[in-house]
Amino acid sequence: MIKLKELPKEEYFLPGNASCAGCGLSIALRLAYKALGPRTVFVIPACCASVIHSPFPNTAFASPCLNIAFEAAAAAASGVVAAYEKRGVKDVTVLAWAGDGGTADIGIQALSGAVERGTNFIYVCYDNESYMNTGIQRSGSTPYGAWTTTTPTGKKQHKKNVPLIMAAHDIPYVATACVSYPRDLISKLRKAKEITGPKYIQILIPCPPGWRFPTEKTIEMGRLAVQTGMWPLFEVESGKLKLNGPSARLVDKSKRKPIEQYLKSQGRFRRLTKEDIEVLQTWVDSSWEHYERLI
Amino acid sequence: MSEKPKSLKDLPITIISRPMTGSAGETGFWRTFRPVVDRSKCTNCLLCWIFCPEGCIERGEGDVPTVNYTYCKGCGVCANECPVRAITMEREG
Amino acid sequence: MSQLIIDTGNHIAGYACKAAKADVIAAYPITPQSSVVEQIADFVEKGKMDAKYIRVESEHSAMAACIGAAAAGARTFTATSAHGLALMHEMLHWASAARLPIVMAVVNRAMGPGWNIWADFSDSLSQRDTGWIQFYCADNQEIFDTIIQAYRLCEDKRVRMPTMVCHEGLILSHTSMPVEIPDQKDIDEFLPPYDPPWILDVDKPVTHGSLIYPEWYMEFRYFMDEAMKNAKKLIPEIDKEYGRKFGREYRGYIERYRCDDADLVLLSMGTIGSEAKIAVDRLRRHGFKVGAARVRVFRPFPKEEIQNLAEGARMLTVIDRHISYGMEGPLFIEVKASLYGKEDGPLMTGLIAGLGGRDVTYLDIEKIAQKSLKHLEAGKVTKEVEWVGLRR
Repeated sequence: MIKLKELPKEEYFLPGNASCAGCGLSIALRLAYKALGPRTVFVIPACCASVIHSPFPNTAFASPCLNIAFEAAAAAASGVVAAYEKRGVKDVTVLAWAGDGGTADIGIQALSGAVERGTNFIYVCYDNESYMNTGIQRSGSTPYGAWTTTTPTGKKQHKKNVPLIMAAHDIPYVATACVSYPRDLISKLRKAKEITGPKYIQILIPCPPGWRFPTEKTIEMGRLAVQTGMWPLFEVESGKLKLNGPSARLVDKSKRKPIEQYLKSQGRFRRLTKEDIEVLQTWVDSSWEHYERLI
Repeated sequence: MSEKPKSLKDLPITIISRPMTGSAGETGFWRTFRPVVDRSKCTNCLLCWIFCPEGCIERGEGDVPTVNYTYCKGCGVCANECPVRAITMEREG
Repeated sequence: MSQLIIDTGNHIAGYACKAAKADVIAAYPITPQSSVVEQIADFVEKGKMDAKYIRVESEHSAMAACIGAAAAGARTFTATSAHGLALMHEMLHWASAARLPIVMAVVNRAMGPGWNIWADFSDSLSQRDTGWIQFYCADNQEIFDTIIQAYRLCEDKRVRMPTMVCHEGLILSHTSMPVEIPDQKDIDEFLPPYDPPWILDVDKPVTHGSLIYPEWYMEFRYFMDEAMKNAKKLIPEIDKEYGRKFGREYRGYIERYRCDDADLVLLSMGTIGSEAKIAVDRLRRHGFKVGAARVRVFRPFPKEEIQNLAEGARMLTVIDRHISYGMEGPLFIEVKASLYGKEDGPLMTGLIAGLGGRDVTYLDIEKIAQKSLKHLEAGKVTKEVEWVGLRR
């Protein structure tokens, strides 16, 4: 069990960067460094992360960072891994760090290819459930009913389940995490670091401007997402799914908080009708039945 | 620290940026509310430290949290998450 | 000991990649390039080449992987054709602006639709603005030598721009010719180890490619153009040094054949340039003073060399294997631009020929030359641009 006091004090995602006040991604980056340390090379496609480290000539990243085109994170990371292997560079973690757009949509080809090839890297999808960097347009990872600028009356399709897509690639480690559960996130990253081969972790990132909630509630939103079952915390290893932390008890529907609590606290779900909420609740419930079968 | 270039002679060969605290400037300017820690209530649980998006709550002696107001954007996550309500958000200026 | 082998242009490109000791190859197959990467896969898997070969899932990913690898300190190589090159387009811009000296073999093939696997220059010439140095080869030996010279050129501190070495699909890619492969020791002496312009190193962390405001963007683009100017100076120097070491040089930007006293010079690139030599010999036997000039480097464009070529000639006939729709063939456009302002310049005419792999033989070139000679006699060009051999 990770103790906060034992985590390193040093910051490697340096303060005074260009992230929004209350940015969930910023928290995730700090936690990633607490988990993995400074011998981590980030490969970042076009996304919030490529902008919050501030414009040239400064950067908030205190370890190497390669920005790359939107769809190419996993491919560029494959190249970095190959170069280090050929050159005998050891004890460095190559970490592709992409948004949900660069993972579920435009980046899915490169991701699928890289993991199918058995590339030895960690791929983190930080999921704020829209193309936030370009101003809140919908992505494949946006949940049903959510307002975005390209779904002004609410998205009509459900959230794409990329973790299960990754699990279907039979890679050594797939996990979901959330910034509101830092010990869980850190332990998963540390576990991934020790495994050889492709590792995929999707981190839920509440986003104040995109989800429309006050900046102080970022962590609270992530907690609600997990407690309502909208976002499960799990790991998949050797084809077996294991629910973690608070998610472990939530197979029992009665233990899941009703999703209204989550939906009503975010402006992006403001227009949801009773029917929409039922659709979403059904989706949550059937997803959990599916997870239960995979355990 | 990255010196701001003055002419193309100061530029690297390609778009290379160097690590810097305050890469976007003194972001403390952004806030309208500032977090104030009541030491008498604080239990040094470190939740404010781990959850601060900016990483600008420093762990002082005995893990006492100290806010770095140069960079604190005033988001209020620390105040919202403190389990003993030891942090209050006070209006700036 | 150097070796004499007989092999296809594609396999030779693979031999060159091996001789250059590329560290990381990331490539995706496409006709007619596939045998390049098949040859490399064979070398790597049989232990003849110590490299990492990433069997990427698309050409866009191939270039992205080369960029990642080069940024992490590796010498890289890739190869593609037509649609693969087009798919990579975004990343071509990325590689050059990141100043990564990636070398790529482009096996020239026509763009679709319809699916046409035969040769023309629509693929590589479409990329002429991306900041890549471009070489065009006319035989398999030149493919080998140019790839080695390309690494030396683009890794030079004064250049550091990626380079494509082009050869025509099926004409060269699948035709076997005798090629001398120099001794590896000599190649190692000619090619120093890769010295990266910048690198992803945990001990010296930097971020590459962040947001940049209009305030400083132009200066970085200016550096790239300056690097191309440096490449222009270095290309003949490196070629000369290669000649001294390996006994073969290509005498610069333009291979001139019987141009010195020519009234009419036929300009082209690639294998049309070879065919043109045969046409020239035939015309010369009938007393016509014709010469052939094969442009070997399209970027940086050999402006001064074109100006020199135009000094003696009374007419330049340019044969293009690509058309910039709505304008003319790129070689013709740039030859004209190079001669802008020249008083008493030569007559000029541009031909579009050989698109989609349609054969351009020495007989076709002879006919083109005859037509040009008639223009020359009349003292004017009645049609500035013509399409060769259209089935009207």
